[in-house]
Amino acid sequence: MEKLYFNRKYVFIGLFLFTGLVFLVRLFYVQILADRFILSASNNVLRYITQYPARGLIYDRNGELLVYNEAAYDMMVIPRQVKGMDTVEFCRLLEIDLEDFRERIKKATQYSSYKPSIFESQISRENFGALQEKMFMFPGFFVQPRTLRKYPHPIAAHMLGYVGEANPRTIERNPYYKPGDYIGISGIEKSYEELLRGKKGMKIRVVDVHNRDMGSFQKGRYDTISAPGTDLWSSIDINLQAYGELLMKNKKGSIVAIEPSSGEILCLITSPSYDPNLLVGRIRNKNFSLLIADSVNIPLFNRALMATYPPGSTFKVANALVAEQEEIIFPNTRYSCTGGFPLGNGHMVACHEHESPVNLVASIQNSCNTYYCNVFKRILDKYGFYETEKGYNGWRNHILTFGFGNRLGLDLPGELSGNIPVTAYYDKYYGKNRWRSLTVISMAIGQGEVLVTPIQLANMTALIANRGYYYIPHIIKGIGKPVSVNRGFVRKNESSIDPGYFDPVIDGMEQVVLAGTAMNARLDTISICAKTGTAQNPHGDNHSIFIAFAPKENPKIALSVVVENAGWGTTWAAPIASLMIEKYLRGEVKRKQVEEWLVNSNLIDK
Amino acid sequence: MRIEHGIFYRIDWVMIVLYLVLVFFGWFNIYSAVYDEQYTSMFDFSQRNGKQLIWIVAALILAIVTLAIDPKFFSQFTWLFYGGMLILMLVVIFLGREVSGARSWLHFGQVSIQPAEFAKMATALIIAKKLSKIDLNINKSRTWLQLCSLAFLPAILILLQRDMGSALIFLAFLMVFYRFGMSGYVLIGLIGILVIGILSLLIDKFILIGILFFLAFLFFLFSHKTVRRLLIILLILLVSVGYMFSVDYAVNRILKPYQRERINVLIGKTSDPQGAGYNVNQSLIAIGSGQILGKGYLNGTQTKYHFVPEQSTDFIFCTVGEEWGFTGSLVLIVLYIGLFVRIILIAERQRAKFSRVYGYCVASILFFHFAINIGMTLGLMPVIGIPLPFLSYGGSSLWAFTILLFIFIRQDSYRSELV
Ligand SMILES: [Zn+2]
Repeated sequence: MEKLYFNRKYVFIGLFLFTGLVFLVRLFYVQILADRFILSASNNVLRYITQYPARGLIYDRNGELLVYNEAAYDMMVIPRQVKGMDTVEFCRLLEIDLEDFRERIKKATQYSSYKPSIFESQISRENFGALQEKMFMFPGFFVQPRTLRKYPHPIAAHMLGYVGEANPRTIERNPYYKPGDYIGISGIEKSYEELLRGKKGMKIRVVDVHNRDMGSFQKGRYDTISAPGTDLWSSIDINLQAYGELLMKNKKGSIVAIEPSSGEILCLITSPSYDPNLLVGRIRNKNFSLLIADSVNIPLFNRALMATYPPGSTFKVANALVAEQEEIIFPNTRYSCTGGFPLGNGHMVACHEHESPVNLVASIQNSCNTYYCNVFKRILDKYGFYETEKGYNGWRNHILTFGFGNRLGLDLPGELSGNIPVTAYYDKYYGKNRWRSLTVISMAIGQGEVLVTPIQLANMTALIANRGYYYIPHIIKGIGKPVSVNRGFVRKNESSIDPGYFDPVIDGMEQVVLAGTAMNARLDTISICAKTGTAQNPHGDNHSIFIAFAPKENPKIALSVVVENAGWGTTWAAPIASLMIEKYLRGEVKRKQVEEWLVNSNLIDK
Repeated sequence: MRIEHGIFYRIDWVMIVLYLVLVFFGWFNIYSAVYDEQYTSMFDFSQRNGKQLIWIVAALILAIVTLAIDPKFFSQFTWLFYGGMLILMLVVIFLGREVSGARSWLHFGQVSIQPAEFAKMATALIIAKKLSKIDLNINKSRTWLQLCSLAFLPAILILLQRDMGSALIFLAFLMVFYRFGMSGYVLIGLIGILVIGILSLLIDKFILIGILFFLAFLFFLFSHKTVRRLLIILLILLVSVGYMFSVDYAVNRILKPYQRERINVLIGKTSDPQGAGYNVNQSLIAIGSGQILGKGYLNGTQTKYHFVPEQSTDFIFCTVGEEWGFTGSLVLIVLYIGLFVRIILIAERQRAKFSRVYGYCVASILFFHFAINIGMTLGLMPVIGIPLPFLSYGGSSLWAFTILLFIFIRQDSYRSELV
């Protein structure tokens, strides 16, 4: 049986010989025939110079340039090739001392004595000019062009973000990045890093022992070309952003404005902020330490996405919509208000002076606490007084479809999810089935455990303006040149409320400005629909909150304004929102007096 | 003493000399590859050349121990080796440490080993044991499947460690099966599947279908023209076409973009000058600069400036090519081919089938490593990181190859006493 296969050993021997032959033929070709692999004159060395592409530019919604690049130069060193040079002259040109020079060479050698590393980063164009003519005197050193970010408008720092050198962990995880490479660290620079960075290239130069460039290796056959980064078109209106930052000067808080029909963010203001040019180039590390050390203003904290507040009375519009959908109230449902809602234990949720009884529209217009306590109690007791959990979950599921309780998923890093508590939270706190609608009644008026971010509030406002749906808010609307739509945000998110239920709520919001709690937000010919709110702050003065959209028909802008420690929503947040709407819809603000008063008000050092 | 004396005369000194030449040639080249003016001592144990010397000494001790062990020990406890190896591989999957993407290393204090290297030896032993059963018919599909399971189970575990190169080596056992009776059609079929799969990604599928039909037509023309044969050919054609489209679908629709990119780079559809393609380019520049006689020992510039990565391990042949030129490369290739042929010839003279099969396993495994590694360095094969036997830096691979070879030398020295 086995003898049959004896001859197969020749197949093996044949295969071995054949493979050996193939290798020898290939070697003969590579080593003797093909001169393209020969690196003649063995004293020459190849120098691999990374070609850093320019990062993509960022424009605002009207084509105004927000971020561009400026040339800078990195001095690179290959420690092994450093010899016989005028170190003193070199140090003089770079404005460093000898001690520093030795220290840096030592550090570079520790990384590699064969591979280039950065000796001095971001030399300006002027200093580079002086250096360039003398580079031949310094073997082992060469200059590599880089680009630095520049911001023509010293605003919008948080959303634009900044770039910095990739840290060792990133380099380990992602082989694209090498030490010294730049990477977006926050804002748009981070979330669109892969588009903005482009693709690095590599040039191979032949260099002789005297640091003379002998030309490109093999006529550039092995060079790879860098591809420039992709330009981005932001949805931001830089004029509106600048105006908002001006109004929020010396105040803590945020303004978020969204175009309801698209989800495009029109402005994203957090205050206090900083000049983005501070975090560029050699000054970045120093300034970053200063900014991070400012524990009073916390300028690096993006309140628009990362601060969570109880929504206060602005939450009543959400509760009104849920109650309508659950068919607990109708537009003509009335409750009388006699100063508050009794909790049955001697305490009550107080209300202020206003007409009574109120229907749905008037309840929003007057922000009646009693009305909403009654409504919320009935939502939670819908399945019976002892079925609180079921009623609560029904309510919570509606609220989640407004975009609360989870991250919205916008194209900026760092967003928080806020909190719409799960029943397990109350079970843990009070015991299973030991809590009732009255236990959690403060959520009827947006106080208590419920927490939202300013962007979520603005998003809910856009949802109401749209009568029932929203697009995920986003900051980049177009990509590349020619521009193509950012496909990530074209899906409509429907809320669980039928469109028909929005009209009475919107009517109520219109009355807020016309004859309700925020008459100071009124704008002669443009109908603004709004709701005031005050977030209780256990650590100090309450936060002033305001949501609004305009015009009532075919809304163009929906926004949320939060002014921290400013007391009543009406006093500060309402006029700010009103001016923002005027600025966006009319292009200019006529109410100079109000504007001047707001700009000059200092709520931080009061 | 009599046995020791006997062994000395009965072992095959040709293999041993070839082994020693390769191992020390490797050490010289590792020294050159990592050579740095700051560390010029050949015996500096903080450098790779120094460490490799320690590995070599340990390997020689392992070789002597292997020669001293009763050869029956290896043929009798194959299941023990195999089972122990499988357990070790599972341990690696869960406890192993990641080194450049592969989770295949076990660390014991200062020493780290790569169990996958030793898996080849254990698998070779069990395959030899299984194939040497007297009443075995490899063309019975049950038997064949059993053999394949034994051979490829470790490969799957190695794939789970994300070490594709080492897993690929286990295909070498198919060559062994072929020598001991497996139908040649199986090999042709497997190669066909591979070639059609790659081609369906590279060229237009309708051109490929045309070529296949043409080949089938030619085949039919020159073979017995029976209806049965025609039907079989048509069936194979139909299956191939279906297979082509499913490969295309799987790669372009199911795989994630980065996985697709890796496959495209692997089959050479797109080049990746920054990544794997870069290594090959640099490797070719280095080898090409060696010309006929090479730049001389320690005089390589390309390899010296560390432009070729993984130079003392997977790309060690670069240093040979650059510093010893075409002449040195030729000698090295002749040495390797000589060793492989010698193993085959000696395997054929074994009386015990166990030793014979084992010899073929050794030759096939070493050959696969050799062919893939040098093929990669010369830009003829995709970049698959596996060591060049006996030359590459690394303790695990050197020890594993040493034991693999010396078990065979030991079996051979005993051949007249075994039946
Ligand atoms: Zn009231």
